[in-house]
Amino acid sequence: MPTSTSKYRYVANDPTKCVGCQFCEYICSYTKTGEFNTYRSRIRTVRAEEILITSITCRTCEDAPCVIACPRDALSQDPVTGIIHVDASRCDGCAWCVEACDFGAISINPETKLAEICDQCEDLEDGPQCVKWCPKEALSLTTPDQRAQRARRKLAVEEVIGPR
Amino acid sequence: MYGYSGKILHVDLTNRKTHVERKPEEWYKIYIGGVSMASRLCWENIEVGCDPLSPGNPICIANGMFAGTPVPVGGKYGIASKSPLTGFIGDSLSSSWFSVALKRAGWDAIVVHGASNDWVYVFIDDDRVEFRDASHLVGRSAYETEEAIREELNDDQVRSAVIGPAGEKLVRMASVTNDSRQAGRTGHGAVWGSKKLKAISVRGTHGVRVADPEMLLKLCYDITQTAQGPYTQKYRILGTMANVLNLNRLGILPTRNYQQGVFEYAELISGEYLHEHYHVKTIACAQCPIACEQMSRVKDGPYAGAMTGIDYEPLYAVASNCGVGDLRAGIKTVDICDRGGMDAMSTGVTISWAMETFERGIFKKEDFKCSKYPDGFEPYFGNADAVVTLAEMIRDREGIGDLLAEGSKRASARVDAEKGTETWKWAMHIKGLECPGYDARGLKTFALGLAVGTRGACHNRTAAYDPDIQGEVDRFSVDETRGRLAKDTEEYAAVYDTLPLCKFIRRCFTGKADRAGAWPSIAKLINATTGWDFDYDAVDLIGERAHTIKKAFNIREGWTRADDHLPWRWMHEPMKEGASAGHVVTEEELEYMKDLYYEAKGWTKDGLIPKEKLIALGMDDVAEEIGV
Repeated sequence: MPTSTSKYRYVANDPTKCVGCQFCEYICSYTKTGEFNTYRSRIRTVRAEEILITSITCRTCEDAPCVIACPRDALSQDPVTGIIHVDASRCDGCAWCVEACDFGAISINPETKLAEICDQCEDLEDGPQCVKWCPKEALSLTTPDQRAQRARRKLAVEEVIGPR
Repeated sequence: MYGYSGKILHVDLTNRKTHVERKPEEWYKIYIGGVSMASRLCWENIEVGCDPLSPGNPICIANGMFAGTPVPVGGKYGIASKSPLTGFIGDSLSSSWFSVALKRAGWDAIVVHGASNDWVYVFIDDDRVEFRDASHLVGRSAYETEEAIREELNDDQVRSAVIGPAGEKLVRMASVTNDSRQAGRTGHGAVWGSKKLKAISVRGTHGVRVADPEMLLKLCYDITQTAQGPYTQKYRILGTMANVLNLNRLGILPTRNYQQGVFEYAELISGEYLHEHYHVKTIACAQCPIACEQMSRVKDGPYAGAMTGIDYEPLYAVASNCGVGDLRAGIKTVDICDRGGMDAMSTGVTISWAMETFERGIFKKEDFKCSKYPDGFEPYFGNADAVVTLAEMIRDREGIGDLLAEGSKRASARVDAEKGTETWKWAMHIKGLECPGYDARGLKTFALGLAVGTRGACHNRTAAYDPDIQGEVDRFSVDETRGRLAKDTEEYAAVYDTLPLCKFIRRCFTGKADRAGAWPSIAKLINATTGWDFDYDAVDLIGERAHTIKKAFNIREGWTRADDHLPWRWMHEPMKEGASAGHVVTEEELEYMKDLYYEAKGWTKDGLIPKEKLIALGMDDVAEEIGV
């Protein structure tokens, strides 16, 4: 299991809440392209088994392998947010970043031939649109450490009071 | 046009050719999509009078304007062929990604003609169509087939509508499956099987545009949020299985082949019991913010490992209706049906007919020989393994399963012809389609809605149980309001089935599910998607037109007033116990209500449609053919 060991926030999915409706993909693709098209979404739902549903998007790894892999230095990581930026003038769609990503979170746009990576809608006031739209509140913008804190608290409650 | 591509794909399996048809925008405004457009395409493309399992019966698949957009619960498509069970229009709906992929591939509808000599699947790759060998997929379950095609085409976003082994063997109650959802009723799987069509697979890579995206997103966001509240609570928590105890209290939970309306083990097959003991995950269809499918798994006993989504209608049919009070057997039987690709409702109601026929001594133990029980078995009511085994035998057409695979109407007719019996009296079907999970003796408006249903006994095409159950009318008597109620509720349902939208969203627009509560909001969704100018009346007309084209289809295939019937049992055997005890629907009541209904529809006393009525609906060519 690859880990990102990141200090940065990313859009995390709670698979116990996710129902696989794919609204996140509709809204992401519309936000980025003006069209509804799950092929162009930067967040992808995964239905690995009939009852195992989650979604994957950029994990904002520290020392991100995609940035290291890029042979043209087209990718860079924001030191504050950890968001990966793609320099369109340098990217030639070679897809080395796609291969380097342990999470399958990067895709190449077949028309523009540019790498596409979740940017957490950093230019929008109300933040990631997928998080805003998720009808089951399965998505949240969080860090691995925040998730761990929540998990510990949930466990503590369950051990004392019992499962909710 | 927004919401549509304006293109319909015709696929000829006999000659392995395709062509593209374009329709004017006016045609789309009349037939819209879903069951209405699919039925209209069936009207246009069928060889009138053909055997449903012959090459002359087309498979017509119609998308909706909302597929691929964020309109909640709009990821659905309609499918129509002449039904192998009824010989009339067979129109079904299914949900999820197949419809979305089809939209993104740029097709409003698909019409499949002819028949192939060898097993084939059709791969629609945006605007390219490929006929691919399907011999390696034969015998594989519906779910396995979907997955195998995704692997083969190397794209996890390829979506397929497929048949399972039941469809291959022309089981008349076989369904079409996509994304683990079913176009369940009226036997589409057998039509596909008769054409040696194993699957239609679609890759759609184009984006979907709408007329006014900002307006549409605003409308959709609000509906999506509302759908997390009390209006959908029933569906989100227990799903449709909440019905079990409600209907048992009303004395209309079909039990032991509709001999009773109260089941003594109802608690054990209730939604509450399912949720506590077997529920493992709730999942959603495409673009659905509600999520009602209650995935349930058997953890112990002989059926451990069985897992599928459990809804009320399949479950009552194989559980209470067969006298089985064990959800583990219920889940297993529905699982067999879902993977095998057949309608669990018709399967269960045909099995219950066989069980009653056995209990009455007409079938013997040795009639039930099979590989699992070489000496036969005794399918008395409550024998859980008999239900499981019979479902497998129907799927495989093994032993007596070959007879039962014909459905209760044909199976009873064959037995009666051979033995001189009257088993047809407990064959619970209307027009050949097995009855749903409400005993109509305690719901008289619903009895009318079912009797006149264009696809037979279907609770989805008429919502006439609503005024009965909600107490708007006395459910045990008939009066002059019933004709109008049956018309209003069937046309109401037809609006949803045509757009198509899932009816579970119906209260999320304004809190009220009636026309005044829903139509103005639906008009806004239509207009923001298409750029059209629909209002309340235009939305309302969608339903009447949808119902009319299906009725016209039936008339052309030979429908007469006598086809609007009820099962003998509902008309002659009073309910024995419970809240509906003592009631039947008499011949006199039924004929009286039919008169009222035909009059409300503006039809003749024989149930035929006047020319001027059809012309007023914009169906001039239909008026030419069947108008009176």
